[in-house]
Amino acid sequence: MPHAVAVTVNGTSYPREIEPTLLLVEYLRETLGLTGTHVGCDTSQCGACTVLVDGRATKACTMLAVQADGAEVITIEGLAKNGDMHPIQRAFAKEHALQCGFCTPGLMITAVDFLERNPSPSDAEIRHAIKGNLCRCTGYHNIVNAIRSASAEMRQSAGARPKVAAEVKR
Amino acid sequence: MTASTTPTYIGARVARKEDPRLITGEGTFTDDVTLPGMAYLTLVRSPHAHARIRRIDTTAAKKEPGVVAVFTGKDLEATGMLPVFITVPSMSGSKHMPIATDKARYAGDAVAAVVADSREAAKRAADLIAVDYEPLPIVVDAMKALEPGAPIVHEELGSNLVFTYPVKGGDIDKAFKDAEVKISQRIVNQRLIPNAIEPRAVTAKFEAGELTLWSTTQIPHFVQLIAALNLGLGQNKVRVIAPEVGGGFGSKLQVYAEELLVGFLAKTLGRPVKWTEERREGYLATIHGRDHVSDVELAAKRDGTILGLRVRTVANVGAYLQAFAPGIPTILHVFIVPGAYRIPAFDYEMRGAYTNTTPVDAYRGAGRPEAAYLIERMVDRLADEIRMDPAEVRRKNFIAADAFPFNTISGITYDSGNYEPALDRALAMADYKGFEKRRAEAKTRGNYRGIGISSYVEICGLAPSKVNAALGVGWGGYESARIRVHATGSVQVFTGTSPHGQGHETSWAQIAADALGISPNDIEVRHGDTFESPGMGVGTFGSRSLAVGGVAVHKAAEKVREKVVQIGAHLLEASPADVVVAGGKVFVKGVPEKAKNFGDISMAAYLANNLPEGMEPGLEATVYYDPPNFTFPFGTHIAEVEIDGETGTVQIVKYSACDDCGRQINPMIVEGQLHGGITQGIGQALYEGAVYDSDGQLLSGSMMEYHVPTAEDVPPFDLDSTETLTNTNPLGVKGIGEAGTIGSTPAAVNAVIDALSPLGIKHLDMPLTPEKLWRAIRASGEGRR
Repeated sequence: MPHAVAVTVNGTSYPREIEPTLLLVEYLRETLGLTGTHVGCDTSQCGACTVLVDGRATKACTMLAVQADGAEVITIEGLAKNGDMHPIQRAFAKEHALQCGFCTPGLMITAVDFLERNPSPSDAEIRHAIKGNLCRCTGYHNIVNAIRSASAEMRQSAGARPKVAAEVKR
Repeated sequence: MTASTTPTYIGARVARKEDPRLITGEGTFTDDVTLPGMAYLTLVRSPHAHARIRRIDTTAAKKEPGVVAVFTGKDLEATGMLPVFITVPSMSGSKHMPIATDKARYAGDAVAAVVADSREAAKRAADLIAVDYEPLPIVVDAMKALEPGAPIVHEELGSNLVFTYPVKGGDIDKAFKDAEVKISQRIVNQRLIPNAIEPRAVTAKFEAGELTLWSTTQIPHFVQLIAALNLGLGQNKVRVIAPEVGGGFGSKLQVYAEELLVGFLAKTLGRPVKWTEERREGYLATIHGRDHVSDVELAAKRDGTILGLRVRTVANVGAYLQAFAPGIPTILHVFIVPGAYRIPAFDYEMRGAYTNTTPVDAYRGAGRPEAAYLIERMVDRLADEIRMDPAEVRRKNFIAADAFPFNTISGITYDSGNYEPALDRALAMADYKGFEKRRAEAKTRGNYRGIGISSYVEICGLAPSKVNAALGVGWGGYESARIRVHATGSVQVFTGTSPHGQGHETSWAQIAADALGISPNDIEVRHGDTFESPGMGVGTFGSRSLAVGGVAVHKAAEKVREKVVQIGAHLLEASPADVVVAGGKVFVKGVPEKAKNFGDISMAAYLANNLPEGMEPGLEATVYYDPPNFTFPFGTHIAEVEIDGETGTVQIVKYSACDDCGRQINPMIVEGQLHGGITQGIGQALYEGAVYDSDGQLLSGSMMEYHVPTAEDVPPFDLDSTETLTNTNPLGVKGIGEAGTIGSTPAAVNAVIDALSPLGIKHLDMPLTPEKLWRAIRASGEGRR
């Protein structure tokens, strides 16, 4: 029996009739066609499907789309604003923190949530924060560098750019 | 061309051209391709590791709403067999159908297929298919599979022996007769699951007699070739596209059942079809890697000189031979086992065995990590036995720098090498001299600290074609490139390589930019579409792309540059010898102010009304490059570990490596390849292992039971390099895609064993999990009870 839900994704509300068994990640990828969020496993280990739900990094394979009714979701497609990349995006490219790019959207979303809560992390804190996101290409070395580099830029430009997570209710 | 006026992009840390689309979510992976009217394929897989299929009842499944069609193996025999591209002597090949027809030979073997309007409907219907299985005796262990009376995986072959592959050199009997030290060790290289983070997927449509197939593959041209042959289509009517591919590591170096099935079904049903692997399904149905058991004997003198090496290995190939499987434990393993050392006598017998397990094929390094692990563990065993510094045992046996090209005792020729500087640099980076103080300090905290060295050599390139043929490789080892300069001066490079994270769009642009005297920003590199490629591409695997495909790009760019010079000389009324191509300009040496733009030259090539006498219009070149030899990168990796005395947990406290892959095109990408490779190698050493029970059930059946390293499991990496060019190709390049995986596993294991050597521990099999180490420490009489 389809349910009527309205999820706000990247600032736009999408009223849809969906099956109650539909996962949030399926809703994003298949119902809305936002394929930047990826599915890498079926046990919530890999984190490729991570999106912000009401400001918190959430594995979109662990949540039903109906549970997101009324929530505000930000996906990788919503990270840049008017063509202006988020510091984490620039840092990932600058530090060569991606190779195949499949895990990258989930990692960047996790990093955004983390850095908005912990603006000056140690490397150990960064490694702990991303341990729920698996990357098989980079060995994490450059990802840690990128998150550290983005944290510096975000601290410098604090105030100039609204927090992604703060744009939605916490 | 004067070097001083030409910016050299080769060697520069050029930012990747791939990244903008990948960091914004705009990249298109195979599962992102959705077509109107698309149907979804789900496969029913055998829960039994070995069972005869008595009967399959599809009645209920066919009645399920949304179901388009249900097939058993017999209905799909028209897809033909899955290919094996390598034939080694004495090989006993298996019949391998996309869907099993007579019996299931491993848990996960597909037995039926459902196509429906949605994934959910297909899965619901798949659950309604009733298969009547007759369970058969199961063999999981490769050693046991070769014993008399073992259950036979393929009855028609008479035994589970796939091949016996002997390689000998020197007088092995004399070596052991002369030996002052003999060391015997069983070395297990456990089975691994590749775990590319993107699961496999295939999407296809058939329109106007043409099949378009998107696939997560490293080898789109082979998929095109086999799909055309097996499905009875002209090769010109099969377009295979490898879009963004989310990691491969060898696991996408196949022509898989699902590729042929989806192509066949799209053609037969007349509507687009998609199949996407679920991770747990992938653990069963995507190839595994490694799985060797070796009995090794080393003969040496007390001064550390190695005299001989005798090895008897059984490689578990799983239930069927996959595309490259026969070549992994043989060609890519046995020949490189002597590694960096001058070994006077060598006697290796490799046997392959069928078992009721998921097929085993290439996983990052593919045969070479097994080789490096074997020899590097034995060198450390020798060092321990004669109480000599492992670094010095290596140094003593290294092939000397002036001995290259070097003919190894296994019968291959190393192109170039200089092993001591890489060792020395790594020792310095690791503060090897100061280590014992750190060991003693750790001991005061109840912990065990160790340091481990690995000096590896690897084979890459996988060419020339004639040598490949002599070894049994059923296809050439060349690579193709086409460079097209449009009238306006925009440049496209089409490559036969098929990157999936390696950054060829950037590196190939750097190579072409230097030849054409323009910026990499003005060069677009296109790959992974068989209808855009130069014609045939071999693909991306075996660390071959740069040494073969990158060189093809270089050669094609040189051809284009030559024509640019000729046209420039004609327009500038100068001798071609005096023409400079640099900075986007073409000018006579010493007269840069009277330059033609690169675009003026390309426009002239297409206007074609003022070209040198007899010159063809147009400005493009196609090259198929077949190298004269393999290339042999090398390096030394050093891991320092600390083991918690109470829990057995290993922490890698420092990791240093000095690698030599010849000339580096983009050091940023080289380092990235090493970081990822090292992490995978550490994964094998400490965390990863596919575990079957005796019924052939994969106990490590998901990411919950199989530990892919996380960011907290690996350290930052301290990397440096030396540069020893190869004369195998004009760029002097080798390969770096697998070196990290090859070098790191023995370094990490040697470090752990070194840490525990004061307890009398000589060897432990991987993965070196906390439980295993805790038990070993307790068994030694140390540790708290």
